[in-house]
Amino acid sequence: MTTTWEPVIGLETHVELETESKMFCGCPVDFNAEPNTVTCPVCLGLPGALPVPNRRAIDMIMKIGLALNCSISEHTIFHRKNYFYADLPKNYQISQFDLPVCEEGFLDIEGEAGGRVGIERVHQEEDTGKSNHMGGDGRITSAEYSLLDFNRSGVPLVEIVTKPEIRSATQARAYGLELRAVIVSLGVSDAKLEEGSIRFDANISVRPKGATTLGTKVEIKNMNSYRSMERAIAHEVIRQAQVLDDGGRIVQETRHWDEDAGVTRSGRVKEGFSDYRFFSEPDMVPMVIDQEWQDRIAGELPELPSDRRKRYQGMGLGEYQAALVAGSEPELVQMFEGAVDAGGSPPSVANWLTGEVVAALRRSDHSLAASALTISHLVELVGLVESSTISTSAAKAVLAGVLDGEGSPGEVAEARDLLQVSDAGALEAAVGQVISENPEEFERLSGGEQKLIGFFVGQVMKLTGGKADPKVVSGLLRARLSD
Amino acid sequence: MSARQTIRRAAAAMRDGSLTSVELTRAALKAASMTESQVHAYLTLDTEGALQAAEMADSELGAGDDRGPLHGIPIALKDNMVTKGIETTCSSRILSGYVPPYSATVVERLEEGGAVITGKTNLDEFAMGSSTEHSAFGPTRNPWDTDRVPGGSSGGSAVTVAVGSALGALGSDTGGSVRQPASLTGVVGMKPTYGLVSRYGLIPFASSLDQIGPFTRTVADAVDVLSVIAGHDPHDATSIPGSVPNLDAGLGRGLDGVKVGVVSEMQRDETEPAVRGAVANIIEQMEANGAKVQEVSLPSFEYALSAYYLIAPAEASANLARFDGVRYGNRVDGANVADMMSKTRADGFGAEVIRRILLGTYALSAGHFDAFYGQALKVRSLVRRDLDAAYEDVDVLVGPTSPTTAFELGAKTADPLTMYLTDVFTIPANLSGHPAISVPVGLDEAGLPIGFQVMAPALGEPTLFQVAEAVESIAAFDQEPELAGSLA
Ligand SMILES: [Zn+2]
Repeated sequence: MTTTWEPVIGLETHVELETESKMFCGCPVDFNAEPNTVTCPVCLGLPGALPVPNRRAIDMIMKIGLALNCSISEHTIFHRKNYFYADLPKNYQISQFDLPVCEEGFLDIEGEAGGRVGIERVHQEEDTGKSNHMGGDGRITSAEYSLLDFNRSGVPLVEIVTKPEIRSATQARAYGLELRAVIVSLGVSDAKLEEGSIRFDANISVRPKGATTLGTKVEIKNMNSYRSMERAIAHEVIRQAQVLDDGGRIVQETRHWDEDAGVTRSGRVKEGFSDYRFFSEPDMVPMVIDQEWQDRIAGELPELPSDRRKRYQGMGLGEYQAALVAGSEPELVQMFEGAVDAGGSPPSVANWLTGEVVAALRRSDHSLAASALTISHLVELVGLVESSTISTSAAKAVLAGVLDGEGSPGEVAEARDLLQVSDAGALEAAVGQVISENPEEFERLSGGEQKLIGFFVGQVMKLTGGKADPKVVSGLLRARLSD
Repeated sequence: MSARQTIRRAAAAMRDGSLTSVELTRAALKAASMTESQVHAYLTLDTEGALQAAEMADSELGAGDDRGPLHGIPIALKDNMVTKGIETTCSSRILSGYVPPYSATVVERLEEGGAVITGKTNLDEFAMGSSTEHSAFGPTRNPWDTDRVPGGSSGGSAVTVAVGSALGALGSDTGGSVRQPASLTGVVGMKPTYGLVSRYGLIPFASSLDQIGPFTRTVADAVDVLSVIAGHDPHDATSIPGSVPNLDAGLGRGLDGVKVGVVSEMQRDETEPAVRGAVANIIEQMEANGAKVQEVSLPSFEYALSAYYLIAPAEASANLARFDGVRYGNRVDGANVADMMSKTRADGFGAEVIRRILLGTYALSAGHFDAFYGQALKVRSLVRRDLDAAYEDVDVLVGPTSPTTAFELGAKTADPLTMYLTDVFTIPANLSGHPAISVPVGLDEAGLPIGFQVMAPALGEPTLFQVAEAVESIAAFDQEPELAGSLA
């Protein structure tokens, strides 16, 4: 009899906070600076330097905790996590252990793979520096030497740890996307996976279905997209099940996801467990988070993605579209809200924004914020289409002109001569010309081949440079047929 | 011979025009040149910088720009406080040659106060020791008998004040490292309330216990030094917010009505008879001078030493992890990064430092944490609780600073435990974070100084100084070692 294996998945997420200064010193957070130029005695771990916590970072982690339905600790303390590594200046990381800022929350995931994912803790810590291994294949083992950059050292990091209750790779991915949406909506981080401002590690074990004990867990790193997160976890679950089915044993280790090969590969084997010798950070005093502070942060919480999606659905957006808009970049969300406030029809505004606008921006490699498109432009464009002043296809050209800075949609349509012609008299000539140029096809149409209507409408559109109102054109054609 | 030079006398003389800072500084430097070959108190003597600062002080004072009680006064610094542009070693090979790019807050405050910094003084490596023998650059010797130790770990600073190669000095006190060497060298040594003086720029031994404090010749001088260095520092999260208590509020007020507790647990049989005799004598006279003396029992004191020797090494094991050869200090190359770090540390740290790192690492490790570090924290709470309870009944607690007078070099280095025992009376105030002071009260039959310790509750400095000054005047101790150069 074969065993049915059940995966047990927990995710650990690191988020870099967008504070102005680092976690424990006054250095600015700047990822574009020359190596080792945004450093000071504190973040370089110079002898005698002391950490002073950044209260703005605590504000931000409280926002995350509250958004994840956590309880906020009245007393929170920092701990030292001890391990030696060249880019860890003090050879201990200031982190949190048994008294994190936030504990015991949850995040509800919608959709098929949805459900409630329990959050065990959200704690504050500091980032390390960066090692650049020179020579060899770029890994430390084969490097000739390594260069260290401490600009990132001390940047505030938040770690969000779920309970081991994610039940599938698909759910893990959905959780990752929803968590990212929450973080972005809070304005505490840009949470870009590809740039490392949000990073996911997965702890995975399997156990016989129905069992209550946990199997040996394996940590998966290097999941650089939400898709690879899903693939990596799915692969690892199957790998573990196969090892156990074959009578093997799971080794506690860290495995790296190899995107190209589609497999996880063994990294370093953790011998038993790492002893980080956590103890409370004696350079700091316990932090007291009183009700007043908590209330102030709660009052600053913006609308969360799940609430926003519900509100958008209430505006007439479909479930998918509501999620798409709500999960978009803050500038896009702002433009959507602004356009709707200015009278734009919500579904049309959403369609244009998430469809043509995003596509055009992607083609031109521009951000929405940097583009010439304004809220009033968008409202005007949607209005021109809805009033049939311009056709949908002309509107795409108008949008391109607006994005190129040629003016408002009306001005562009005028200048590019794209205003839709729905005046039957003006179109009569064009219809006549097309018929006379395609006598054979008109014969067949007259003979009942109805699908040729589309052909003639298309020809008229072409002739008028996309300005003709297709409804009026097909009306004129039908009138000719009944003659 | 005129009375011993003090900060207050010199400050007054500089203001009435009978003394210049340059003269005073030259006298200190001369004392250093006469005594250094025998005592080795300084690791770095900054003759040039000191004379420049002295000239500056003279011209400022001449122009009426008075920066306060330490303006123009020669002050020495223990070499575990970072000084921008001046080598700072912690008496360790691993930091030999290290020149910090910034100065400790206390150094900045001394400089703003116009003090003349004479140089950096010897210590037990990373402040781990009680004799200043554990220095990578050789021991400091006691000027009262150069075959004997000056105590430690701030032995160098204590000796500069004892011989007059500085009028005041800063030390750091983690388990008695200011008070015990003060006791063994016949000077005043004071540990302030934890958090009263910024630790920013003090290379830590044990962060929750370390506190910078002054060495001076008189209690009033200690008030002056502390008044310059004390106060909130935004760079130190453990620094006490708010204003500093009025430190000299109690000076000159005597002992009338002061409630003094004599700690039973500090009257141990192991304590040398001369020390016990001197302490008992002072307490008797305190009572005669109006103090209300009562016996106080603090049972947790019996466990304080053990707790301290777990907590301090545990913190040190992390504090000293940064000395890895990667960014600063000396490096010994290795096959890879881990090998380089391990060789650097094995080569750079002395035996006592390695012993404490190992002890601390063990105390924090999984499976031992609760039995060692966890228990030690409980003892620490008990010590605090005992002391808080005691201070409901008394204003100050008194007893000896050290169970012995200065011991011979090498007498305790072979057995770390006997060395650790020398801190038995000073450690409780570090565990509780309370202020304490050692005042010289006499000499034993071998002519070695004896220190008397006064302890007070948190921020009880005004009362502490009041009682210490009264003890000072009862003892009327005004002797100095023959070695001491006489200052102008
Ligand atoms: Zn910094």
